[in-house]
Amino acid sequence: MASEGDRRAGLEVDRRSRLLDGLRSGGEGRRSVAIALASTIVFFAVVVFAITHAPGWPAVRSQFFSWHEFKSTFPEIARAFRLNIKIFCIAEVFILVFALFLAVLRSLPGPVFFPLRALAIIYADLFRGIPTILVIAMLGFGAPALGLSYVPTSVIFWGIVSLVLIYSAYVSEVYRAGIESIHPSQEAAARSLGLSRAQTLRRVILPQAVRRVIPPLLNDFIGLQKDTALVGTLGAVEAFQQSQIDTNATFNFTAYLCAAALFVAITIPLARFTDWLIARDRRQRQAGGATL
Amino acid sequence: MTDTLAVEQLSKSFGRHEVLSGIDLTVAEHEVVALIGASGSGKSTLLRCINLLEPISAGRIFLSGEEITRTRNVNAVRRRIGIVFQAYNLFPHMSVLRNVTLAPRDVLGLSKSEADDRATTLLDRFGLADKRTEYPDRLSGGQQQRVAIVRALAMQPELMLFDEVTSALDPELVAEVLEVIRELAAGGMTMIIATHEMSFARDMADRVCFLDAGRILEEGPPEEIFTAPREERTQQFLQRIIEAKRL
Repeated sequence: MASEGDRRAGLEVDRRSRLLDGLRSGGEGRRSVAIALASTIVFFAVVVFAITHAPGWPAVRSQFFSWHEFKSTFPEIARAFRLNIKIFCIAEVFILVFALFLAVLRSLPGPVFFPLRALAIIYADLFRGIPTILVIAMLGFGAPALGLSYVPTSVIFWGIVSLVLIYSAYVSEVYRAGIESIHPSQEAAARSLGLSRAQTLRRVILPQAVRRVIPPLLNDFIGLQKDTALVGTLGAVEAFQQSQIDTNATFNFTAYLCAAALFVAITIPLARFTDWLIARDRRQRQAGGATL
Repeated sequence: MTDTLAVEQLSKSFGRHEVLSGIDLTVAEHEVVALIGASGSGKSTLLRCINLLEPISAGRIFLSGEEITRTRNVNAVRRRIGIVFQAYNLFPHMSVLRNVTLAPRDVLGLSKSEADDRATTLLDRFGLADKRTEYPDRLSGGQQQRVAIVRALAMQPELMLFDEVTSALDPELVAEVLEVIRELAAGGMTMIIATHEMSFARDMADRVCFLDAGRILEEGPPEEIFTAPREERTQQFLQRIIEAKRL
């Protein structure tokens, strides 16, 4: 057990971030930093020069980078962005639960559970295969059109349902990978103590599996956060839809930049947090310490 | 008096490969039986079959006179038989105390304080009192294996199975684990011990069974098996052990 940990640690030393590669090498450190700094400045100077001296730059600047437009559209788009966050938060909770249910279905052993396993596999294949925007369009326009009194007609509701259906397919695969990564000896140990299959899953397998897949889970949620913009195609006024309204009114595309900035403001911290979690997990394993 | 364990004509095949064939074995209450034999002779498989972790191909197993081979509730059987594995198999996401109290609480329905008391008493007895809050990664192999033994004991089993519990340990850690087993034997625990530690088997066991190619080829009191084995295969096996020790 210990030797396995050591081997893994050895491999992962080389897999450290490449961003700061070569910047930490002892006595030459200061010189490397100077070189990195100079090359960064030169690189961006060239890029900025090339763009700002392009023949179409003045038009692009006023169309996409108008400070005036930015200021006037930002508050409204920011307000609309709250709907994106709401959709994201609600969808995420249901995805985490529903995907786990699917993953557990798929891990049920024995011939009796064949239909449930098959169903879970068909589900994952289907909803990973259909483009998100199609599911949103079909459910968002189709379901309310049925005119059933007990079916909600809110497009936001159906947008959330679509995202839950699609992302659960992906996330269930992530969970499944986690479940399968737990060594069978853990199950043998639990069962040998008299724990039932369900108790083993709940107490021994899932807690370890979920912990292992937290980084890939977060990765999927970065994707989900972006895809909330697709609900706008149903007419819900979220950040993307609002920016489109503004763009149509002013013939200026700066509003898109506003929306993009808002998405990035959420997704980048989430991405950094994911990387931090991965790095922390690796550090703990290298130290041989208890994880979490 | 009924034997704690009786195995009748047990056979086990993986596909076409027969791993155990026609095993007969009885273990009386308070008896310590050692299983010896080369790797692949079927020692581990036999223990896993007794604990119903492996489905058997043929034969019957009785626990305290009650047939368990055709039982509907395997969990109820397993809680009466403790098994300790070569690779410890502790739950890495739980503290030592939680590893030990999990099954008593979830399976036997003990309250938290009852389970904690039971676990603490056992951990104390085997010198692990100060490790209660540690996680398995922080323990040495010998300590982990002792925790695994305590975890099985916390279910108060009628029978303990030891599957080469010292094979994964560094040599200097073997003694502390064997000491625990020795103490259990002194306390009257009924045990089957699959082991490569011949001197330990010789000291500890009331009876030694030599497994060869899925059969119990020879069994008897240790002094007989180790000093005057009847079967040629047993002689060869012991000869190889002696030579290996010399090297």
